[in-house]
Amino acid sequence: MQIEEKKPLIAAFCCNWCSYAGADLAGNNRLNYPDNVKIIRVPCSCRVDPTFILRAFQRGADGVLICGCHPGDCHYTTGNYYTRRRMTLLFSMLEYLGIEKERTRVEWVSAAEGAKFAQTVNEFTAAVSALGENRRLEDLRCKE
Amino acid sequence: MKDKNELIKEQILYQSGVNVRKCMRCGKCSGTCPGYDEMEYHPHQFVYLVETGDIEPLLKSESLYKCLSCFACVDRCPRGVEPAKIIEAVRLTVIRQQGKNKLTPDDIPAVIDDDIPQQALVSAYRKFTR
Amino acid sequence: MQRIGVFICHCGSNIAATVDTSAVVNALSAEPGVVCAVDYPYMCSASGQDMIKEAIKEKELTGIVICSCSPRMHEATFRKAAAAAGLNPYMVEIANIREQCSWVHKDKQTATEKAIVLGRAAIAKVSLNTPLQPGEIPVTKRALVIGGGIAGIQTALDIADAGFEVDIVEKKPTIGGKMAQLDKTFPTLDCAACILTPKMVEASQNEKIRIYSYSKVEEVSGFVGNFTVKIRKKARFVDENKCTGCGLCTEKCPVKNVPNEFNLGMDSRHAVYIPFAQAVPKVAVIDADYCRMLKDGKCGLCSKICGAGAIKYDQEDEIIENKYGAIVAATGCEPIDLDKFDEFAYSKSKDVITSLQFERLMNAAGPTGGVLLRPSDNKHPKTIVFVQCVGSRCEAHAKKGKEYCSKICCMYTAKHAMLTREKYPDTDVYVFYIDVRTPGKNFDEFYRRVAEEYGVHYIKGMVGKICAENGTLKVQASDLLADKQLHIDADLVVLAAAIEPDRSTRPLATMLTASMDTNDFFTEAHPKLRPVESPTAGIFLSGCCQGPKDIPETVAQAGAAASKVIGLLCKDRLTANPCVAHCDEMSCNGCSTCENVCPYHAVTYIEKEFRMPDRTTKIRRVAQVNPAVCQGCGACTVACPSKAMDLYGFSGKQIYAEVDAICR
Repeated sequence: MQIEEKKPLIAAFCCNWCSYAGADLAGNNRLNYPDNVKIIRVPCSCRVDPTFILRAFQRGADGVLICGCHPGDCHYTTGNYYTRRRMTLLFSMLEYLGIEKERTRVEWVSAAEGAKFAQTVNEFTAAVSALGENRRLEDLRCKE
Repeated sequence: MKDKNELIKEQILYQSGVNVRKCMRCGKCSGTCPGYDEMEYHPHQFVYLVETGDIEPLLKSESLYKCLSCFACVDRCPRGVEPAKIIEAVRLTVIRQQGKNKLTPDDIPAVIDDDIPQQALVSAYRKFTR
Repeated sequence: MQRIGVFICHCGSNIAATVDTSAVVNALSAEPGVVCAVDYPYMCSASGQDMIKEAIKEKELTGIVICSCSPRMHEATFRKAAAAAGLNPYMVEIANIREQCSWVHKDKQTATEKAIVLGRAAIAKVSLNTPLQPGEIPVTKRALVIGGGIAGIQTALDIADAGFEVDIVEKKPTIGGKMAQLDKTFPTLDCAACILTPKMVEASQNEKIRIYSYSKVEEVSGFVGNFTVKIRKKARFVDENKCTGCGLCTEKCPVKNVPNEFNLGMDSRHAVYIPFAQAVPKVAVIDADYCRMLKDGKCGLCSKICGAGAIKYDQEDEIIENKYGAIVAATGCEPIDLDKFDEFAYSKSKDVITSLQFERLMNAAGPTGGVLLRPSDNKHPKTIVFVQCVGSRCEAHAKKGKEYCSKICCMYTAKHAMLTREKYPDTDVYVFYIDVRTPGKNFDEFYRRVAEEYGVHYIKGMVGKICAENGTLKVQASDLLADKQLHIDADLVVLAAAIEPDRSTRPLATMLTASMDTNDFFTEAHPKLRPVESPTAGIFLSGCCQGPKDIPETVAQAGAAASKVIGLLCKDRLTANPCVAHCDEMSCNGCSTCENVCPYHAVTYIEKEFRMPDRTTKIRRVAQVNPAVCQGCGACTVACPSKAMDLYGFSGKQIYAEVDAICR
């Protein structure tokens, strides 16, 4: 029997106004992307607390993707600027902890960019798959 | 099995790096071409015939060597198709198929015109040799 | 403990073809808190909704999860259904298993697994939902229209017609916009001024409409129903109330060589001027860049000559602050710069002009009094070449021109060709086209008449280059159908330049927080179903600022935008989004971080008295959120160092639960 390779688990945070709509558009256009990406809807990318990302890694996610409106196009004017700054800091800290920077990514996807969303997910999944499973932050106590 | 024409087409597209499908048939390339009257096939026809795969007549045409490689068509094409690169790739296909240069060094003094700018001579080396 | 109902939609075969819905039912019914799980072909149908309502009542559900299409599609539908059954509408969560699952995955097994995970996440979230009550916001019953072209005028007239007050802000000294510069309008050839100027007058005389000309929007704050807008009324150095528009000053002013922008620089005007005869408001304006009195303090002739005493050299910009319930963007378009198209010799020869310049040349009020004379030597052109698609339909990487079709050029070029041949039958007219696009009512008939009856030479092919030589324009072009290269000696060349959004549009969009596309056109809330609304509530779109349009389309869209505005202003109160931030006062340490990050200034700090455990009282500084102003972005929730801020509907706990469910 062949041992099935574990597919990487990726959590994606998408802002309601641009990226979630972009992901919907990818669906409307029937663009395929890997099914191991699960989207969590947030009102704005600035709602993504660094602890959400830490929690995801702790619970066994192999990669975390954050998508928001393009800088300057935020529905709330400035939300994605906060995201950009926060995530720059967080990602460098994660890298220090040993979480490769390829496991985290911020991407600006507008509501019109279904193709970009699918492409981003494809690239990101490939990058995370190449790194293999994430064990560094995984909290083994919560595994069933 | 692909036929010979298709292989040539693929090779031309690969060498030139041009996406012929972007052409919207506006004819600006031919409108701008300074060598138009000398040519049997014109820049827009090169693009179109390569797209349809009807390359045989192009390979036989003298137009290949009439193209000045001035790149006016490349500069002005609104869609960024770059017809001159297609012509160059077709030319290269012919020269490679023949296996020899279009002109030998001995032929050159006879065709040199004093008015030809230096740059044209340099580009001639590219055009007429392997 | 919550009692949760899960409803899985097949969406016909849209979901059921790739997701095994019965497997989803089985898996999700085992989740904690789930008391019923069912699937149905169309949950959004009336019978599907009835099923949900019955289940809510029968099973006494406290929360429901719908596994269906995107929440952007039917969240409102299901919330309404829940409310009808007596369940708080905010106890509804949607798991998007269509757009983000069945439509993007092909393998049934993995798609089903993913649908189950998405369902679990939604169940985990809904278990932590709290019932929310939407607040109410009063509506200011006044609208603002930005831009006074035909789009803005029509929108304002229609809103005023319904009995609401409306202000127009126009950056130029007069309303009228681009249409005022046109000669005739296709396909009926009505004179543009004859149909536009009565509307301009109507707008100025309507008591519900206020026109701020020579003004611009400086700052916008607030939200739907309650916008506060600062308008900068630029100093025109003429008292608007005193000026009678007699025009005496404009004749006597000694500065005569100012390029006249209304005629696109083809003639000149004085430093004090009225843009055109039918300007509204018909009030003079002094151009501060040229006026000798304002520059050097020497002259003052206009002040001496003005019988009404309207000239005020010391006038300053005025900032006016008004409140509005709705804002309509009607900023219009302008032709692109042709600097990068030097193959057409536009900057080298005066006889290569744009179509808008041609309009002025043909216009009876234009620089030549309506006689077609070419700008360089004022001679009648005998051969005219029209070039279409200049800067339209260009590839994005070419970095010159626009990718889109400007839509109006085919028709106005046909009109120009017809008018030329009608007035001057001895003129040879060539039109070079890539495609002729005339899909409008009576448009193709018009174009065919131009080609058939007026003998205009329509040539398929593009002009490659134009050289100006000894007063003639050597046009080199290709005729693709005859497979010839043409060399035409033309006297006048008219370029149908692409149109782009007015340059004021981008800064305005930032102020309005309305989104734009890559070409700087405003994006509509839905490309098909909500074409006149911006995704930002309370902002509406009218005319070319949303995309290229001809006059009939602009007027139709202006009316549509007006009807949307009227629909909004008719309401006394709006229901506010209850998914807003709130502060846990016991955890708040009064640091002001949230106040600083809030883009809406929704957070303020108050001093509040607290009872301490030892029965003493203490006054502490805590944050307070104004739920009517808060838009629910969540910036403050993340910024808060003590995690006192949280967001209703997207609370930290809920998102942790979702993350946990996904990563299980």
